[in-house]
Amino acid sequence: MIAALELGLIYAVMALGVYLTFRILNFPDLTVDGSFTTGAAVAAMLITNGVPPLLATGAGFVGGMLAGLVTGLLHTKGKINGLLAGILTMIALYSINLKIMGGTANLALTMQGTLFTPLADAGILDTGLSLVILFVGAFLIKLVIDWFLHTDVGLAAQATGDNEQMVRSFGVSTDTSKILLLMLSNGLVALCGALIAQYQGAADISMGVGLILVGLASVIIGNALVGTGRGIFITSLSVIVGAVLYRLIIFLALDLNFDPNDMKLISAVIVVIALLLPRLIRRRTPRALPAEPTRSAVIAGGTQ
Amino acid sequence: MLTITDARKTFFPGTVNEKPALRDITLHLAPGDFATIIGSNGAGKSTLLNAISGTLPLDAGSIQIDGIVVNRMNDHRRARFIGRVFQDPSAGTAPSLTIQENMAIALRRGQRRGLGWGVTSARKARFRDELATLELGLENRLTAKVGLLSGGQRQALSLLMATFTQPNILLLDEHTAALDPQRAELVTRLTQSVVHQHGLTTLMVTHNMEQALRVGNRLIMMHDGQVILELDADQKKTTTVPDLLREFEKIKGATLDDRTLLS
Repeated sequence: MIAALELGLIYAVMALGVYLTFRILNFPDLTVDGSFTTGAAVAAMLITNGVPPLLATGAGFVGGMLAGLVTGLLHTKGKINGLLAGILTMIALYSINLKIMGGTANLALTMQGTLFTPLADAGILDTGLSLVILFVGAFLIKLVIDWFLHTDVGLAAQATGDNEQMVRSFGVSTDTSKILLLMLSNGLVALCGALIAQYQGAADISMGVGLILVGLASVIIGNALVGTGRGIFITSLSVIVGAVLYRLIIFLALDLNFDPNDMKLISAVIVVIALLLPRLIRRRTPRALPAEPTRSAVIAGGTQ
Repeated sequence: MLTITDARKTFFPGTVNEKPALRDITLHLAPGDFATIIGSNGAGKSTLLNAISGTLPLDAGSIQIDGIVVNRMNDHRRARFIGRVFQDPSAGTAPSLTIQENMAIALRRGQRRGLGWGVTSARKARFRDELATLELGLENRLTAKVGLLSGGQRQALSLLMATFTQPNILLLDEHTAALDPQRAELVTRLTQSVVHQHGLTTLMVTHNMEQALRVGNRLIMMHDGQVILELDADQKKTTTVPDLLREFEKIKGATLDDRTLLS
């Protein structure tokens, strides 16, 4: 149970990355399936070669940013559809990740010290204290994201996902905003990959498969809890909660003797339910609908 | 301030749908000029505005703003010089951001955007002062999401955001057309006062002939990608809507005859 919560808090870093593209930029970015493994591969390879774990983890973050840069350039400068740009980078990363890992599909970290070794040595892992430490870590990253989104650059990036025509008319390059958010997002996803590899003691070439669903599920579950239209602080906090809840659901499913091979199917079903449920609930209780728009708004075509 | 020379734009060139939208338009606006543009649908009014703002590249001709040729700049670079208000009230603002966040984005027009806090208390005070000039009470709703505002409030906010940094050129694309008459009148009044206050060089497209005559110091009538009539301030004062309609029918008939004869 505690292990599931620990995993959830680590995966929250990835979910925060997906939140940046999926919610802020309105861009379902499939790069994450590849960049997650990139982060894991880079960190694992460097740690194996004696690089300090902290530095190796940072290098994983940079690796993810480069992946995001490629997707961003394909989409903005190459004018390739966003989904396709993500898929292209994701597929290409499979080969690149194998190269990073020296041609092997699995790179074990059992012999090396990792970021989690001090915690394990002190007997903190798998206790309530480890949860506090991991939560503080995830929360600090969330605070950095909150801060970034409130800077001049961040506001322009938020508006890019909201109304491109408007931000361009105020001199913002929407291409730059998109590339920036994609880099930051994939950097976080890769950072999470680097942490997971160290936590589980191995980097695996297929560890990122289907990860986008985990990210989406976390964001959607979290946001559904607090409702839309909340401020950034609450919304990004809900993403962390969503990531933990997702892990709990998976944990309970395994506890109920579901076949581990069915986990991807379960993930997909969770996302579908999380997407459909709010709409079904709203249809049942018409009073929960927002007030009718005013006449002038209707004339103005002000539907969102 | 704004000089357009032989601007030409053709849509779908070389196909059966070929449509010349701008036929060698030449136009000069002196600093502080406020010109209204009228013309039937498809006359090229919006194309002209899009060409000036850079969202639509010209086939030929040049555009100069304050002595700088901007032909090769794309729209977000030209935005340094140009403020725009669109016809759709939801086009000029970001609905999921708050009023103060929208204004913070507008405030940085033409300046580098860094990692400084977007909404500082000093900026808030300025936003409050600026919003108070709209007399809509928005200065007390800085943290409200813009998506919650009515069309008229949003358009007034768009106008303020487009102008309070005093751009060299202000482009208004039928910005009152989507509002009810009362709100349209309010936004028109705000437009006149803000243009007057900052002495902005302004181009305003409108379908409302009465408004076109009443507002601004110049009037331009377009038809079929050409400027067919220009009135200066004195001529505008003595011209009525029926005069304009008569003039339009006369010139339109003439150009149509020309084209039929030539083709």
